[in-house]
Amino acid sequence: MINQRPYLIETLTAIGLILAPFILPYLGFAPNTVNRILVWGLFGLGFDILFGFTGLLSFGQSALYGTGGFVAAYLLTRTGFPHVVTALFIGMVAAAVVGYLVGLIALRRTGIYFAMITVAIAEVFYFVEFNPLAHWTGGENGLPGVPSPSFDLGFTKVTFTSGWSLYGFLAFWYFIGIVIGLRIMRSPVGAVFRAIRDNPLRAAAVGHNIHSYKLTAFVIAAAYAGFAGGLLGVMQAFMPPDAFMFQTSADLIMMTAIGGTGTLFGPLVGASIWLFLQDFLQAALGLGAAWKLVLGVIFVLLVCFLRRGIVGGLQDLYGWLSGRRAATEAKLREGVPLPVSASVPTAADNLAMPAQRGVPAHHDGPILQASGLTKRYGGIVANSDIDFVVQHGELRGVIGPNGAGKSTFFKMLTCEVPPSAGKIVFEGSDITGRNVTDVCQLGLTKSYQVNQLFSRLTVRENVIIAVLAELRGKFRLDLFRKIDRVPGMTEQVERTLAMVNLAGRADVPVSELAYGEKRRLEIGLALANSPSLLLLDEPLAGMSPQERVETVKLLKSIAHGRTMIVIDHDMDALFELAERITVLQEGRVLVEGTPEEIKANPAVQEAYLGGMDEVAA
Amino acid sequence: MINWANLVSQMFNGLVLGALLALISSGLTIIYGTLGVLNLAHGAMFMLGGYAGYVAYSYTDSFILAVIAGSVFVMVAGIAMERIIIRHFYGRPDEDQLLVTFGIGIVMVEAIRFFFGSLSLTVPAPAMFTGITSLGFMFYPTYRLALVGIIAVALLVLFVILYRTRLGMIVRAGIEDAVMVDSLGINVYRVFMVVFGIGAMAAGFAGIVNAPVVSLTPDMGEAILVQTFVVVVIGGVGSFPGAILGGLIAGEIISITSMINPGYAYVMLFAAMTLVLVLRPHGLLGAQGRA
Repeated sequence: MINQRPYLIETLTAIGLILAPFILPYLGFAPNTVNRILVWGLFGLGFDILFGFTGLLSFGQSALYGTGGFVAAYLLTRTGFPHVVTALFIGMVAAAVVGYLVGLIALRRTGIYFAMITVAIAEVFYFVEFNPLAHWTGGENGLPGVPSPSFDLGFTKVTFTSGWSLYGFLAFWYFIGIVIGLRIMRSPVGAVFRAIRDNPLRAAAVGHNIHSYKLTAFVIAAAYAGFAGGLLGVMQAFMPPDAFMFQTSADLIMMTAIGGTGTLFGPLVGASIWLFLQDFLQAALGLGAAWKLVLGVIFVLLVCFLRRGIVGGLQDLYGWLSGRRAATEAKLREGVPLPVSASVPTAADNLAMPAQRGVPAHHDGPILQASGLTKRYGGIVANSDIDFVVQHGELRGVIGPNGAGKSTFFKMLTCEVPPSAGKIVFEGSDITGRNVTDVCQLGLTKSYQVNQLFSRLTVRENVIIAVLAELRGKFRLDLFRKIDRVPGMTEQVERTLAMVNLAGRADVPVSELAYGEKRRLEIGLALANSPSLLLLDEPLAGMSPQERVETVKLLKSIAHGRTMIVIDHDMDALFELAERITVLQEGRVLVEGTPEEIKANPAVQEAYLGGMDEVAA
Repeated sequence: MINWANLVSQMFNGLVLGALLALISSGLTIIYGTLGVLNLAHGAMFMLGGYAGYVAYSYTDSFILAVIAGSVFVMVAGIAMERIIIRHFYGRPDEDQLLVTFGIGIVMVEAIRFFFGSLSLTVPAPAMFTGITSLGFMFYPTYRLALVGIIAVALLVLFVILYRTRLGMIVRAGIEDAVMVDSLGINVYRVFMVVFGIGAMAAGFAGIVNAPVVSLTPDMGEAILVQTFVVVVIGGVGSFPGAILGGLIAGEIISITSMINPGYAYVMLFAAMTLVLVLRPHGLLGAQGRA
């Protein structure tokens, strides 16, 4: 996420683009093929940001490619607009605006719905171009006569007509596109995109307005598509109607998947392979129309066996090789055990940290007050008429047999599910009916019963995602800010990592963590944006006795100066931790009191032991 | 000035198209509902049914045999596709499933193009249903009338399978909660295979019975697939009644708009879909369960 060597990729790209005209002809690439690769590559850059990084598989990119292309071409051919580059930018803006509107519709739903809606959008645009708008777009004839870009430098006039001279023009824009794309992906926005791809539910729960971020990704992809569409017209001196065809979207997806998603360069590599094979299979092997069959088979095989495509495969191979080297080196050092645990500050050292927010707005009443909370699923009542008050600084335990409605109760408190009746007041304001993102921004977070982590990111990146939501609010378009320039971020990330005792594992991918470590990170994500009220849903679930002891210690340490509500089945642990305990049974509050009172309460004993009598009888 | 005869005839066309879309969409929707996989190769299955029927017809000269051969071939192709490829994707993200079925669809289309070329092929209507029929107030091609009946029967068979058999009960339970069905000790994976076969067969059957009305081209599945998506979004993903209702709505929208201006057919279809998405995001008859 954070590139250690700044500008390395940019420099290599520039060198590559400069050297290409001197090398590629020897590999059998004609200049026009290279130019087409660049246009696809730029088109795919935006698509990769949308699909590879944000996880939104759109089949509707042709609509935006066509829009940008036809707006630019229309200006240049029909209105006599003289300036090519300006026309390209106007096309880009038009595509971005259309992308915004289309995104508003398509992003109403996720997953397969999103895919189906974008397919429909692509088809609609194609028919609109052909029929209602044929007067402006030339219908099936397209718009011929798109001029070449030329620049009057005073003493001489530079014109980029075709072949390698046009290559310079296209390569320049591809380079700009890569620089901007890299910049966006290194920005906080880029980090949130990845978080959405890995776990949209958690990205929303840590306080990001994921809908706005998805729309942002969609508009960025639309802008890239629009500009590339304009370049297509310029490159061919003709704006073809096939730009709008569903086939264009299909080809783009296949190229990107062949090259590698989530790499930015995947589409360029994919387009090179695609166009090279097309020429090779058609001309050299004489396969004619069957070239596409071969490419289709290659595509299916890649999706099955090498999902990250060629570039991703190379990255993995490199990672594997260097990982092996690192392992060998580690083996050599094995004689000297590293004092890892000693160098990591333990949670206890961080007691003094002032992680509370909401302190200025401190008010006198209870921090959380729920009254009459009821949740019905059809005829089934999960929670009924729960009154629940938690004071500032309290550590409250919630216990209850399975099916008592504990998790549903928590989901209502964090606004993941709306209550059927009742009211929730948090720090004096009514949060009933608000969404989980807003509530998180107000300072109420939850760690989940089942881990909800960003599985493809490292431990540090996971924490960064959560911290960003506090430091930047739920939505912010700082597309060009470097992620480590967000004020206060590094300190807060380090502090959180130290609190959950993961500082020594910060750069390990989540997938390689042990279960206990994942559990601690789960708590860390909820802690990272310094909540004033922290809800923990079965933090000890699935842990070994040893891990339980450590986690209880950890929870005690983070409880200082913080308000927490903990659900768990481990009653001994809760009796040790909590100051007060609420017992839920069959969706109602059975009793509430100090651990001693609860232990002595006959109704609680009945609730937990009563079932045993029946079994015995 | 509305030409009434023309309008009624277009509404009949809408009914034919709607019934066809309903059948294809039911196949798509029960596959999605049960397996959780959106089969982007479904349009190609439709096309495959047409071509398989064409081959069978050219050898046997029997329309009935062509229908049987077309349906069975596509069912077998669907089962093979599920066994060889799709089953490895149940645990993978939605996007991977979309990519792989999309790729398989392209391979099918290109394979057909390789063997049969891009030129359109025709299958004649069965002798019994050739010519036109007088409905009193207008004349209408007999086969199209018969088509509505044929598809209605097919939908009825599908209904009986889904709502009156043990398998159907498992499928419907699986649409509600696949994990629960699994834990009840039912081998869901075998059910998945059967459902994929039935869903594919619905598309293949539609492909061959529709062949006398249109001409066969390798690309014919693409437009159908898009329309099917709209149907499913309108009707509600995973809902069999939703697929039928959505199909009829979409068929009528396309036909009636085409009478006024064919260029706007898709625009209207899309507008209807957007309206449904805004007012009822889960579709007209969709449940909130899956999706």
